[in-house]
Amino acid sequence: MIQIENVKKSYTSEAAIGPLNIEIPKAGLTSLIGPNGAGKSTTLLMIGRLLDSDGGRITVADMDVSSSKSKDLAKVLTILRQENHFVTRLTVRQLAGFGRFPYSKGRLTNEDEEIISKYIDFLDLTALENRYLDELSGGQRQRAYVAMVLCQETEYVLLDEPLNNLDVARSVQMMEHLKYAASEFGRTILTVLHDINFAAKYSDRICAMKHGRIAAFGTVDEIMKPELLTDIFETKIEIMQGPYGPIAVY
Amino acid sequence: MSELTQSNPSPVRTQTRLSGKRRSSGAFRTPKEVRNYWLLLVTLLLLGLLASYGLLVYNNPVPVTSPSFIPVVKRRTVAIAAMLIAAVCQSLATVSFQSITNNRIITPSLLGFEALYSTIHTSTLFFLGTAAFVNFSGVDSFLYQVAAMVLMCLILYGWLLSGKYGNLQILLLVGIIMGTGLGSVSAFMRRLLAPSEFDLLQTRLFASVNNADAAYFPIAIPIVVVAAVLLLANAKRLNLLSLGREVSTSLGSRHKAGVIYVLVLVSILMAVSTALVGPLTFYGFLVATLTYQAARTYDHRYVFPMAFAIAFVIITSAYFIMNHVFHAQGVVSIIIELFGGILFLIVILRRGSL
Repeated sequence: MIQIENVKKSYTSEAAIGPLNIEIPKAGLTSLIGPNGAGKSTTLLMIGRLLDSDGGRITVADMDVSSSKSKDLAKVLTILRQENHFVTRLTVRQLAGFGRFPYSKGRLTNEDEEIISKYIDFLDLTALENRYLDELSGGQRQRAYVAMVLCQETEYVLLDEPLNNLDVARSVQMMEHLKYAASEFGRTILTVLHDINFAAKYSDRICAMKHGRIAAFGTVDEIMKPELLTDIFETKIEIMQGPYGPIAVY
Repeated sequence: MSELTQSNPSPVRTQTRLSGKRRSSGAFRTPKEVRNYWLLLVTLLLLGLLASYGLLVYNNPVPVTSPSFIPVVKRRTVAIAAMLIAAVCQSLATVSFQSITNNRIITPSLLGFEALYSTIHTSTLFFLGTAAFVNFSGVDSFLYQVAAMVLMCLILYGWLLSGKYGNLQILLLVGIIMGTGLGSVSAFMRRLLAPSEFDLLQTRLFASVNNADAAYFPIAIPIVVVAAVLLLANAKRLNLLSLGREVSTSLGSRHKAGVIYVLVLVSILMAVSTALVGPLTFYGFLVATLTYQAARTYDHRYVFPMAFAIAFVIITSAYFIMNHVFHAQGVVSIIIELFGGILFLIVILRRGSL
């Protein structure tokens, strides 16, 4: 369970986030949605200890993210941002291998190699595993990063806009993989999404944010309501029933 | 869409062998890369040894049988030892520095060591006069210089990296500005010097292993060995730090602490090297760039030895060429920058990437 109590973050007097209070239950896929500047990524970064909060308390699996040791948290929680730039040339498999660092401290065992193989195969990267990252397309690279994050085998996986720059087919594929990882590997995935319909189709829960506050949190059916979404995005949004569930039309 | 959905998440199966090959996430992709690495490393070390052997005995003015042969070799050994120290310091410091800053076109010289070195010497001459300047050599002065340079870095890092907005970019920017500022101050003082004093100063501001005094070695060598061993022991953490703050934090490293630890070691190595042989601005950069081409791996456990081998070959062969081909003693940084620069351009243009 991710617990956020009275968490605040202020950039300037106008751009402030919080106080946030929310409990995100374990297991399943939770999406953070909301307009630009609502504080979705900031919230994710604070949970992932990449950004210090200005007050309040965040615990993940009963560990306080600001006071727990980073190496202990790395076995419980992982976070992936949308842009990653490495100066060193890494192959897909070497990158995925870094996901084992919290356990192996850089000395990979046979067991580690098997785990790496498992997630590389799962993400359909088997044929690409010895390619360098700069030789891959955007979608393949994104999958390689997700492979690293899954290799870390943490209960909680935080993803900041994993569908950024992916086309529809790659986005669907990515969400299928994440959904599968949540259900079959028992991961709790928290992801920032921009597309409401992707959030509606694949999420177990949706958390909507606006102006640095949590506007609504609930199941897909609770959030996919025309009045609620219209208010959050300040755009006229209608909900229709599609073949895979509710669809937002705007 | 439904077809895609069904075919998408592939059933999880683990293949430890893929088309007969064992799958591994090691430092190299293929056994051939491993072989090439060791072959190149051994060749470079042999070349380095050959060049240093040449420096020791080639063109020795006295015959081997003469009793004065050994003293000549001994005198030359001091220069070789200085080269060895400079090679270790510059190679390890530059590679580590580039890894923690995630940038392959900067060198630790940006932190202002060389500017501080030239300011220390220029101001000694300027304020205290020729006698003090000439006397400002010896173990004490060496220790003062190293201490001043390390202290400057510690203050800079401590202040800049621990603050709320502390980050490496600001640190580098301040380093560059301080370096430029100190450089201008010492350039100003140099203009006011008498030509004879200026001449005296100039010899010390050009990097040369002949500046090195064997009396420094009992202090310099242990410092360098300890710092180098600590960096080598830190190689696996450096692999992680080279992924940048966010990824390495997510993988469990204390990024800021790791960066400061490495920066302290880098500053010690750079300070010793600069105080011993003088400023070598381009050398470390050249070594690091060639190393990345020679050792095609992210793993610092393999990058460090290759960097040292390349650094050793470059400095020994540069001295050999300068002394015995061009019969010019002294200013080797010129040849390092000339040939190094050309080699660097060739490598970049052929590879098309850094």
